[in-house]
Amino acid sequence: MYKILYKRELAAGIWEMRIEAPRVARAALPGQFVIVRADEHGERIPLTIADYDPQEGWVTIVTQAIGVSTRKIVALEEGESLIDFAGPLGRPSDFVKEPIEELRKRRFLFVAGGVGTAPVYPQVKWLSERGVECEVIIGAKTKDMLIFTERMSAVAKVHIATDDGSEGFKGMVTALIRELIDGGEKYDEAVAIGPMIMMKFVTLTTRECNLKTTVSLNALMVDGTGMCGACRVTVGGRTRFTCVDGPEFDAFEVDFDEAMRRQGMYRTQEERANAIAAERAAGHKCRIGLDK
Amino acid sequence: MANKIARVACREQDPKVRATNFEEVCYGYNLEEAQLEASRCLNCKNPRCVAQCPVSISIPEFIGHVLKGELQAAADTIARDSSLPSVCGRVCPQESQCEGACILGIKGEPVAIGKLERFVGDWKIENGRKEEQLPEQNGHRVAIIGSGPSGLACAGDLAKMGYEVRVFEALHKVGGVLVYGIPEFRLPKERIVAREIDSLRRLGVVFETDTIAGRTVTVDSLLDEEGYDAVFIGSGAGLPRFMGIEGENLNGVVSANEFLTRANLMHAYDEEYDTPIYVGRRVVVVGGGNVAMDAVRTAKRLGAEATIVYRRSEVELPARVEEVHHAKEEGIEFRMLTNPIEVVGTDKGWVRAIRCVEMELGEPDESGRRSPVVKEGSEFEIECDVVIMALGTSPNPLIAATTDGLETNRRGCIVADDEGRTSREGVFAGGDIVTGAATVILAMGAGRRAAKAIDEYVKSKA
Repeated sequence: MYKILYKRELAAGIWEMRIEAPRVARAALPGQFVIVRADEHGERIPLTIADYDPQEGWVTIVTQAIGVSTRKIVALEEGESLIDFAGPLGRPSDFVKEPIEELRKRRFLFVAGGVGTAPVYPQVKWLSERGVECEVIIGAKTKDMLIFTERMSAVAKVHIATDDGSEGFKGMVTALIRELIDGGEKYDEAVAIGPMIMMKFVTLTTRECNLKTTVSLNALMVDGTGMCGACRVTVGGRTRFTCVDGPEFDAFEVDFDEAMRRQGMYRTQEERANAIAAERAAGHKCRIGLDK
Repeated sequence: MANKIARVACREQDPKVRATNFEEVCYGYNLEEAQLEASRCLNCKNPRCVAQCPVSISIPEFIGHVLKGELQAAADTIARDSSLPSVCGRVCPQESQCEGACILGIKGEPVAIGKLERFVGDWKIENGRKEEQLPEQNGHRVAIIGSGPSGLACAGDLAKMGYEVRVFEALHKVGGVLVYGIPEFRLPKERIVAREIDSLRRLGVVFETDTIAGRTVTVDSLLDEEGYDAVFIGSGAGLPRFMGIEGENLNGVVSANEFLTRANLMHAYDEEYDTPIYVGRRVVVVGGGNVAMDAVRTAKRLGAEATIVYRRSEVELPARVEEVHHAKEEGIEFRMLTNPIEVVGTDKGWVRAIRCVEMELGEPDESGRRSPVVKEGSEFEIECDVVIMALGTSPNPLIAATTDGLETNRRGCIVADDEGRTSREGVFAGGDIVTGAATVILAMGAGRRAAKAIDEYVKSKA
């Protein structure tokens, strides 16, 4: 059992939870994820690591409640426990293995979208602690959906983009990338983490700008350790497993359309489960047996 | 004198009924049936069955005890060589091992050694002598990676020798392939697997789930930081193989590992559980091994029309004869000498059909099986909405990649000798991670031999 030490709603439906998991905290590196299960009947859900402290033995996750399983996770309170918290999984970000002197010669542009802002944070923090220069674009639909802006500002220069212009740049992150580059900013590489559709369009933009880009894919998974192959993605024309070969890949090589389609593999079942859960929550008892 | 009667049939669930549920197919013998079957054994001077058993169980001896109703003695006899009789009695390919060598099989039916082993194993779980007290501790600690057959066997033997044993399991449930792979209808999880594991807990073995070797811990961190005297790696089969044909990443194509893990480990067939499973109306399973049979029969139970597609002929099917027989009884369609060349999708990217070619058998290849050759112009499609690939696995590179000096072979398997010694001192390995995908009994045997070698190693260092 993995105790929830701390829990807070960052934006509507987006929750930060600090989990007691000493072994995971000790081994975690930027770029990795965990598999979480809320209770005995729960799904194994992959979630990227948002922060960790090896000394204090905790790991932070950020969950957006969108389905039955994610809602179960965020419904747990401080002091309660997740039944499973396995990790760290996946390969750490490539830069972790590079010599610091090399990294210091480079400028990184991170592009974070929605809940994807959370996993960007440990990467930026890791680099900034080692004196590597990073800039971060945080994008969201509207001001109220922005997360991690303060702590990100503490470790990097942050640019905000909102679709409705309620804070910072008005428009998509892609337009802001263009504006920064056209304005004379020079970056050596970009890292984009967010919804698959955002990563696809960021990649189209950075490709035009000839800016090497890494993306972190949030494919469907069951075990997360290489056993099931549910997380297959096509990268550079080859089938790769997101859980063991990724989750980070060279963005220019990723087949985003296929990856997005594959994310929808269980959508019908998920929608059905959501509908049943909503009916139950409303106190409705199904009389035609849909909840059986 | 041996009783010259026909092999005692084992009671089974009616095929039509069982094709809609997940309860065990075979009910097993009761005492009367077991004794009757045991009376058929010739008690050969030179028992060929023992020679063909991968762990050399004293088969005529335990059968002799069954005949006399001495079930504890029968259990003790088996226990000298096997730690999982209830499991192996159910999942061993007896027809190519013990029963395949039985003299009675030459003219008639061999003794039902597997069913008798299962009977003794199940009796032991229910009624057997329980270890009352923990074995005396010898002060040494061994870490076991993986809680499948090899890890469980290794853990059990070491615990009995007095070692403090901790088993690290990557998944949330203990048992490895016995839990995520082999379905409930072939190997009951609570009644059999969980109780075999409980018996190890009573011996003092501690299980730590959610711990991925190579990520959460490493072989080196276990040896250097956590102070284990030795590590046994029994991490199992690994990454599912795909064919490399067009359309394999369409929605609706899954590995047998994924399909079975969703059904078995995650209970996706049970509405109480949240994990989804996609079955569709018509499922095609590609492959002919036990995993293919498990997948196709699971799909059938979930309401699909289910078909096996295999590129060789029926005699070459690597699955246990009993599984093929049961699958046919349950209404599974078998399309032999058929090889997929493409998965065909809808314009939305979902599986619509599988395109295949017919094969004919040519000359025997190096494995001795006649290799299939494509019949020219024989292309055709089978309409389906799910394709399950059951083509075996390749080793998970995680542990080898994170352990310096651990030698692997060309196929990526960890190199270990017969006693499980690897190229790293104090590091032992056994089961599928060494041999590639094999059987429960071979993995269990490897785990037990490694336990002996670990004991010798630790004592030599002490």
